[in-house]
Amino acid sequence: MTTLRLRMEPRPSPSALLMLGVPVLSALAALLLALVILTVTGAPLGQAVPLLVSGAAGSLFAVTETLTRATPLIFTGLAAAVAFRARLWNIGGEGQLYAGALAAVAVGGGAISAPPYLLVPLVMLAGAAAGALLLLGPVLLKTRLAVDEVVTTLLLNFVMLLFVQMMLEGPMQDPMGMGWPQSAPMVDEAALPKLVAQMRLHAGLILALAAAALVHVLIRRTALGLEMRAVGGNAAAARFAGISVPGTLIITGLFSGALAGLAGASEVAGLKGYLTTDLSPGFGYAGIVVAMLAQLNALAVVPAAIFIAAVFVGADSMSRTLAISNYFADLVVALALMCTLAGSLFLRYRLRLMRTPA
Amino acid sequence: MMEALEIIGQASFWAAAIRIAAPLIFGVLGALICERAGVLNLGIEGIFVAGAMTGWLTVSMGGDLWLGVAVAALVGAALGLLHGVFTVILGLSQHVTGLSITLLATSTAYFGYRVAFPSVTTPPVIEPFAPLNPAWLSAIPILGPALGQQTALVWLAFLCVAVTAFVLSRTPLGLALRAVGDNPAAVEAQGLSVTGLRMGALAAGSALMALGGAFLTLSAFNSFFFGMINGRGWVCIALTVFASWQPGKALLGALLFGAFDAYQVRLQTLAGSVVPTQIFLMLPYLLSILALVLAARRADYPRALMKPYIKGER
Amino acid sequence: MALAPPLLRLRGIGMRFGDLIANDGIDLDVAAGEIVALLGENGAGKTTLMNILFGHYVADAGEIAIADEAGRLAPLTQGSPQAALAAGIGMVHQHFALAHNLSGLENIMLGTVPLFGLRLPRREVRARLKQLIAETGLAVDLDTPVRALSVGERQRIEILKALSRRARVLVLDEPTAVLAPLDAEHLFGAIRTLAARGLAVIFISHKLSEVLALAHRIVVLRHGRKVADLPAEGADRETLARHMIGHALERPEPTAPRAGPPVLELQGVTCGTGRDRLRDATLTLRGGEIVGIAGVSGNGQRGLAGILSGLERRESGRVLICGEPAGATARQMVARGVGRLTEDRHHDGIAGDLTVAENLILERTRSPQVQRHGLLRRRAIRAEAEAAIRAFDVRCPGPDAPIRLLSGGNIQKLLLARALHGHPRLILANQPTRGLDIGATGEVHRRLQEAAAGGAGVLLISEDLDELLALAHRIAVLHAGHLTPAIETARLDVQTIGLAMAGHAAGAFAPIEAAAS
Repeated sequence: MTTLRLRMEPRPSPSALLMLGVPVLSALAALLLALVILTVTGAPLGQAVPLLVSGAAGSLFAVTETLTRATPLIFTGLAAAVAFRARLWNIGGEGQLYAGALAAVAVGGGAISAPPYLLVPLVMLAGAAAGALLLLGPVLLKTRLAVDEVVTTLLLNFVMLLFVQMMLEGPMQDPMGMGWPQSAPMVDEAALPKLVAQMRLHAGLILALAAAALVHVLIRRTALGLEMRAVGGNAAAARFAGISVPGTLIITGLFSGALAGLAGASEVAGLKGYLTTDLSPGFGYAGIVVAMLAQLNALAVVPAAIFIAAVFVGADSMSRTLAISNYFADLVVALALMCTLAGSLFLRYRLRLMRTPA
Repeated sequence: MMEALEIIGQASFWAAAIRIAAPLIFGVLGALICERAGVLNLGIEGIFVAGAMTGWLTVSMGGDLWLGVAVAALVGAALGLLHGVFTVILGLSQHVTGLSITLLATSTAYFGYRVAFPSVTTPPVIEPFAPLNPAWLSAIPILGPALGQQTALVWLAFLCVAVTAFVLSRTPLGLALRAVGDNPAAVEAQGLSVTGLRMGALAAGSALMALGGAFLTLSAFNSFFFGMINGRGWVCIALTVFASWQPGKALLGALLFGAFDAYQVRLQTLAGSVVPTQIFLMLPYLLSILALVLAARRADYPRALMKPYIKGER
Repeated sequence: MALAPPLLRLRGIGMRFGDLIANDGIDLDVAAGEIVALLGENGAGKTTLMNILFGHYVADAGEIAIADEAGRLAPLTQGSPQAALAAGIGMVHQHFALAHNLSGLENIMLGTVPLFGLRLPRREVRARLKQLIAETGLAVDLDTPVRALSVGERQRIEILKALSRRARVLVLDEPTAVLAPLDAEHLFGAIRTLAARGLAVIFISHKLSEVLALAHRIVVLRHGRKVADLPAEGADRETLARHMIGHALERPEPTAPRAGPPVLELQGVTCGTGRDRLRDATLTLRGGEIVGIAGVSGNGQRGLAGILSGLERRESGRVLICGEPAGATARQMVARGVGRLTEDRHHDGIAGDLTVAENLILERTRSPQVQRHGLLRRRAIRAEAEAAIRAFDVRCPGPDAPIRLLSGGNIQKLLLARALHGHPRLILANQPTRGLDIGATGEVHRRLQEAAAGGAGVLLISEDLDELLALAHRIAVLHAGHLTPAIETARLDVQTIGLAMAGHAAGAFAPIEAAAS
C-alpha cells in the first residue's frame, strides 16, 4: 500500500513567468471567490459581472475613473513596498495620507500666493514632508526604544484622523463652508492640471508613475537601496557588514511616509480641491494589498494599483445599478491579499506529490 | 479642580471603567494566548468586528443572547484557524496574514450586514444583557454599586482571566503552550504536536477576541454599527506587551485603560468648551502608545513569536 | 556483542531532497548495551538518518524495526515522533530541544504527563528524577529556568528527559561539539554507565579520537551510503579517516611564523555582557603570525570577536590596530584593514535573499569601487564577483543567484573572499570551519595560511583543538572571560589546553608567579 504525501521543497529561483503568473492568478482567484460569495447572496451574476467590468473599463470615462482611483493607490502601494523591503512594518499609510493632505491644504489653501510652477511643487513637498514626519515618530521609537512599529503606526491612523477632524472643525475650517467640517478650497494655482478634458483624471497620475520609476531605481540600483534590502533581508548581517540599521530604517521611513503623504496631497490638489475626513476610503490599507500583490516590486505596484482601483470603481458602478453593497470591493481587496499570500508560497516552494510505502 | 478629583469616588465612574475594560480584557487575553504560543494575531481588529456583528445578528434574528455569544465565539475560532492555516501550517508572514484576516473579517461583516439589511439607515436594536447585581455586592462601597451595574459577560471576562491564569501556570497544557512559544522543537521532541498546540491556541484566543466584540453589541450597546470597534483590537495588542503576557497584569492593564478612558469622558464634560473633543478622543490611542513605550524596554517577547516552525528544520 | 539480538534494526533506508541523495540504502543494527558511533563528515547523512529514526522525516524507502518487550522485532511507524518516543527511542539534538522559559523539571514533565491533566505532578516527577540522577550521576539543578543553565547542564537535562521516558535507544547528535574536553570526559563516563545498564546508544560524531575512545562499534557514512561497519577495537584513525573522506586525512602543513610589526595589541580590554564578557584581556599579534584562541564558546569569544568586528564597545583598556587606536564601528574597522569572518554565517554573515555579488560587496556599499553618486556600478560589481567566484572556487549558479542557494562551504568561501578583499592586515577568523566539510575546511585553512605568509596577522578563534594545533603559531585560552598569555604551540599539548579551557591554567599556561614559587 502506498500513501500520497505533499512535500514542500525550496524552489531555487522562481522563473519570470512564475513571478508574473502567481500575482495575476492570485488576483483572478480573489475575484472568482468574491463572485462565488456574491452568488451565495443571491445577486444576479449575469448582470453583476458585466456591470463590474464596464464600470471599471467600459468607456473612456470608466478608464479615466479607474486611473484616477489608482493614483493614490500607487503612492500608498509604493509607501508600503519601500517600507516592507527594509522590513519596516509601516501600517500607517492611512494616517500619513491624511497628514499629507492636511499639509497640502495648509500650503495650497490660500496661505501662500505664488505662480503654479512654484506653488504646486511646494504643495507636494509639504504633503511629502508631513507624511514623512508622521512616520518618523514610530521609526524613532523602534530604533531607539525597540517599540514595535506595527501597533504604533496603526494607532496613529486613528489619532491622525481625529486631528484632521479637529482642524477641520477648528482653525482650518472653511469660513464659507456653512459649518461643514471641511477645509478652505485649494487656490487654482495650487491645483494639479487635468489630463483629459471633461474627466477627473489629473497630473497626480504622472507624479505617481514617476515615483514608481524612481522608487524602482532607488531599491534596485542605488547603494541606499542595497542597504535597505540588506537590512530587510537580515538585519544582523547588515549590522556586521557595517551598515547602520537604525539609520537605514529612518531613511526608509522618511521615504515611505513621504510617498503616503504624496497620496494625500495629490488627492486634494488634483481631485477633491479641499479636505474632508472622508478623503480616503482606506487607500492606506489598500496600499498594503497593492504592495503585496506587486511582490514589493515598485514597477509592479502600478498594475497592481490599477487592478485594485478597477475593483473599487467597478464595484461602485455595480452597486449603483444593482442593490449590491460597495463593501463588495473591500471584500475583493481582502481576498486578493489572502490569495497573494497563499500564492507567494508557490514562489518559494515547489509542491511535490510523493508516493511512499506506508 | 475638586470636581476632577471627585470623579474617582463615583460608582458610576468605576462602572464605566469596568464596562470599557471588559472587551479589552477578552481581547488582551486572546492576544496573549496566541502570542504565548508563538503567533502574533493581527486579525484581532477584524475578529472583534466579526464577533460584534455575528453575535448581534444572531440575537436580532431571534436567537438567545447566549446563542449570540456562542456564535460569535465560533466565528472567532474559525477566523483563528484560518490564520493558523496560513501562519502555522504554511508558515507565511504573521504580520501580513493578520492584517488580511482583519480586512477579510471586517469587509465580510460589513458586506454581510448590507446583505441582511440592504437599505436601513438605523439598524435593528436588540434587548442586551441585563445587569446581574447580586444582593451581596451592595455591601461594598463604590466598587459594589459599580460591579452591580455589570452584566453576565463582564463576570465571564473575569472568569476567563482566572481560567487562563490557572491553565497557563498550573496545568500541563499551559506548560506546553508556554514551551511552544519559546522553542517549538522542545515540544515536538516530547511527542506533542506544535501545529496542534498553536492551532488550538489560535482558536481559543481568537474566540476570546470575538467575545470582546460581542460584548460591545450584546452588553455595552444594543446594536451593530460601522466603525464601532475603532482600533480597540490594536489597543489590545499594545496592552498585551504592557501586561508582559500575563493574565493578571492583562486584567490590571485593561482596567487601568478603562479607568483612564472613563475619566477622560468625564473630564470632557468639565472642560469640553475649552478643549476640542477630538483631543480627548485621541487619548486612548496615545495612551496605548505610551503603554507600549513604557513596556518596550523590559518586554520579554516569547522567543519563538513570529517564527514559523517547519518540522525537521532547525 | 555482535551475536546479541538487535534492539533496533534499520533496513535499506533511503531519502532524497530534490537532487540530493541524503541516505542511500542504509542498514544499521544496534543491540542493547551497545555504543555505536555513527561517523561521517558534515552532509554524509548522519543527521538525516537519525531524523528519520525519530520521525521528523518519512524515509522514501526502507524499514525500521524495534524489539518489543518480548524481544521480537516489530515495525516502527515512520514520520511520527510520538511513535518513536513510545517505542523507547530518545534523542538529544545538537541544538537542544528545551524551552528556555521553563525549568529542567518542567521541560521533562512536558512529555511525561497527560496534556489535558488538571494538575502538574511536580513532586512525583521530581522524586523520580532525583532517583535517576542518583543512579546515573547526571547531576543538575531541576528548578532553575533553562536559560540560566550552562550548556553542559542543559545537555544533562536532555539526557534525563530521554531516560525519564524509559528510552531504550539513546541517540546523541554531536554531543561534544559544545563541551570542554573535561565535560566531555564526564559525559563519556555517564554514557558508559548507561550502556552497562542495557541502554543502546547511537553516538553521532565526526571526531575520530572520541569515536575511538567511546564506541564499541563504528559505522561510517559517506555521501549517504554506509561505507564501513567495524568494531572499535583494532580500528585506527587513518583507516577511519579513509572511510570517512575517501582518502587519507590531509593535515595542513604548519608554517613558520614571520614575526612582523604588531598588527593587533589588546591592553587590558574589558567588554561584552554576561557569558560573553571579555575581562581585562591583553594580547599582541604580529604580522605574519597565526594566534589561536582556544576555549568553549560562551567564555568571552563573542566579546573578543565583537570588539575586533567593530560591533562591541570596550569599557576599558586599549585596542591598537597596527599601532593606531581601533575604530568604533564595523566600517571603521574594515577601513583600518581588519578582515572579519563571523562565527555564524547564516545568522550575521549573509542576507540570504540578496545575490552572491551583493553579499560580496556588502561591507563596502559606500566605497567608490561599488557606487558613484549613490548609484551602484553594476558592471564593476559583477566583474568583481565573477573574479572572486573564480579565485575562491565558489560553486554557484552565478553572481546574480540568491546566496541562500549555496552550500555552507561555498558561502564561507564567498565570505572569505569578502573578508580578504583589499589585503587586510589583521584577520579575525571566528570559528571559520565550523560545520564545513573537509574540502571546504582545507580551502579555508590554506587561505588563512596564505594571508599570514603574506604578512597579515590572523586571530583564529576556534573550538576545534586539532585545527588550532595544526594552524596556530601561538595559542591562548579563553575561560570565563579571562585570556591566558599566548604560548608557542610547540610547547603545548591537548591536555594542557584542555585543562586551561576548564579553568585550570597549569603547565605552560601557569601564571608566572605560581611557576616561580
